[in-house]
Formats: sequence, structure tokens, C-alpha cells
Amino acid sequence: MPAAPRPAIDEVNRGVYGTLFPPRQGLPVPQFYFEDFAPGSVAQYGPRVVTREEIVAFAAEFDPQPMHLDEAAARASMLGGLSASGWHTCAILMRMCCDWFILDSASMGAPGVDEVKWLRPVRPGDALTLRRTVRDTRVSASRPEMGFVRFLYELINQRGEVAMTLTTPAMLSRRAPAAAAS
Amino acid sequence: MHFFEDIRIGETHEIGRHTFTADGIKRFAARYDPQPFHLDEAAAARSHFGALCASGWHTAAVCMRMLVARKDRVVAELAARGEKVATWGPSPGFRELKWLKPVYAGDTITYATEPVEKRESKSRPGWGLLFSRNTGTNQRGELVYSFIGSAFVERRPG
Repeated sequence: MPAAPRPAIDEVNRGVYGTLFPPRQGLPVPQFYFEDFAPGSVAQYGPRVVTREEIVAFAAEFDPQPMHLDEAAARASMLGGLSASGWHTCAILMRMCCDWFILDSASMGAPGVDEVKWLRPVRPGDALTLRRTVRDTRVSASRPEMGFVRFLYELINQRGEVAMTLTTPAMLSRRAPAAAAS
Repeated sequence: MHFFEDIRIGETHEIGRHTFTADGIKRFAARYDPQPFHLDEAAAARSHFGALCASGWHTAAVCMRMLVARKDRVVAELAARGEKVATWGPSPGFRELKWLKPVYAGDTITYATEPVEKRESKSRPGWGLLFSRNTGTNQRGELVYSFIGSAFVERRPG
């Protein structure tokens, strides 16, 4: 386990979107529908600070490999130091999307993820900003009440380096389902 | 783990199973994916999913746990036979991840892994890059989860 003294959990999560930060409720009526995501539009959210505490906690439960759990073992690995599980980074991205806009959108989930690239390690203390680009959009042929919005997400650290990219087609309700179906 | 040269393409290995409980689903969702259909039975019943279901990232995270556990088992078996153990390095990413069906509270998912492609690493001498199709299947035999992962794998020295 890391040798550095661990701050209390309250201290870790004060002022940042920590893992123990309670989930907020979405607005009673969705604000964002399929039509609100214009191809080519770019928006940004954050930053969110990643703590050593949550890196180790996620790894202990889901990815217990030395480079995510132990500072000395991590230094000897290809990653060169303690770093978050790539799946943890994906989960952090999901949470940032929820806090940013998904809980206020007419989201219907996602059928999958086209591609994820883990380009650089995410370290304790990194402040991650999320940049979202709308790659393309299309109305579903089989379900005209919804559409697909393909997002490119880039998680960018405090040095301006892209740590991870993720491309996914999100499913969203259309704003006027009755009109769309007719 | 096995060295790059010893990995056989097309061989499927079952790596473990996990039952998703309502509590487990909500606990993961509260931290990482707090959408109503992952947090609350009543809200989920009103959604297009129809019942409480796990975040897709939860399904994925449990798969990673199974892959790590399998790696630990293989390392122990190789060590017990006195064979050399290869290092598996980090993963540069994954592709074609599909959440094919919802994973509902009470579902038991069986995970499996199958090496599908391997090639020498151009950027890292001494290492190869392995691609594996990892899947999850529910207790009704329905494929619910699939992706193609990748990892750096040490080559046999000499």
C-alpha cells in the first residue's frame, strides 16, 4: 500500500467531485434532447480532481494490480508510478457526464463504446477536464422517437495532455416524439 | 502469465461468474453512474429498461476483476510448475464494447476471454500486443456484454 499518509475522507472530498459526493437528482423535466446536440459542437466541463484514496479503492475492488495499488510496485512498472485503473478512468468520465448534462437529458443509455484509448496514466492529484465533441447524429431507423449522438470525449489533465479518449453513440429521445413518429 | 509466443489464438477460457445484487448495483451507480434506472427500483420500472439494472461500467469493472483473478491463478499455476512467468504490461485501450442486453438485479453473469489476435509491438522491443474478446453471458445463455481488449505481453527472451 502507498507509504504516504492518507488524509481523512472528508478532507479528500471537500470541494471536489469525490467518489463519496452524493449523487444529485436530475431536473424533473429533461433539458437536453437529441436535437440539442449539433454535429461539430464542442463543450467543456471540469476540472475534477482524482484522489489517491479513490484510485486505490476502485482498484482494490475491481482491478487489484500492483500499479494501481502500490506506489513502489507502480514505479517499477511500465506506467512509472501509481495510476488509476483505465476502467476507473472510464467510470470517472461517466460520472462527470452525469453531473454535467446526462442527468438533465432525455438519455436512454448507450449500446456500447466504439473505442477507448488510454494514452497517459491518470495520477493521484490530477485535475481532469472533459472535452466533448459531437461527431455526428442520426435518427434511429427502427425507433423514430429516438436518435443516436456520437460523442468524442477527451479527458485532459492539468498539463493540457489528453489522458484518455472515448467514442460512444449515446441514445437520446427526440424533442417531439409525436411529430417524429408521424 | 504466459509469454507472448505461448498464447494460442481462438482458445476460449471461462474466467468466473458474478451475481449482480440490487445493493451492489446501487452502490456502484451512486459513485459513478447515478442515472435513475441504476439507483431506484421505482424509477427503473418507469424507464425503458423496466427494472433496476447495472451500469454498463459496473458490468465492465466486474469483468476486469475476473480477468485479474484469472491472471493471478495462471501465475500461481506456472510458478507451481517451476515455469518462468511473463509480465503483462498495461493496456493501450479497447474497442467494440457492446452492452447487448441489460444486466438486471439478480442476474448471474459468466465471463470468458478469448485471444483473437497478436502482433509484435513496434514501439516496445521485447513486447507483443495481444487482443482478446472478453464476454459476459447471463443465466439464460444470452450474450450481454462484449469487447475487444488489448494488452502488452512480454516476449520470451532469446
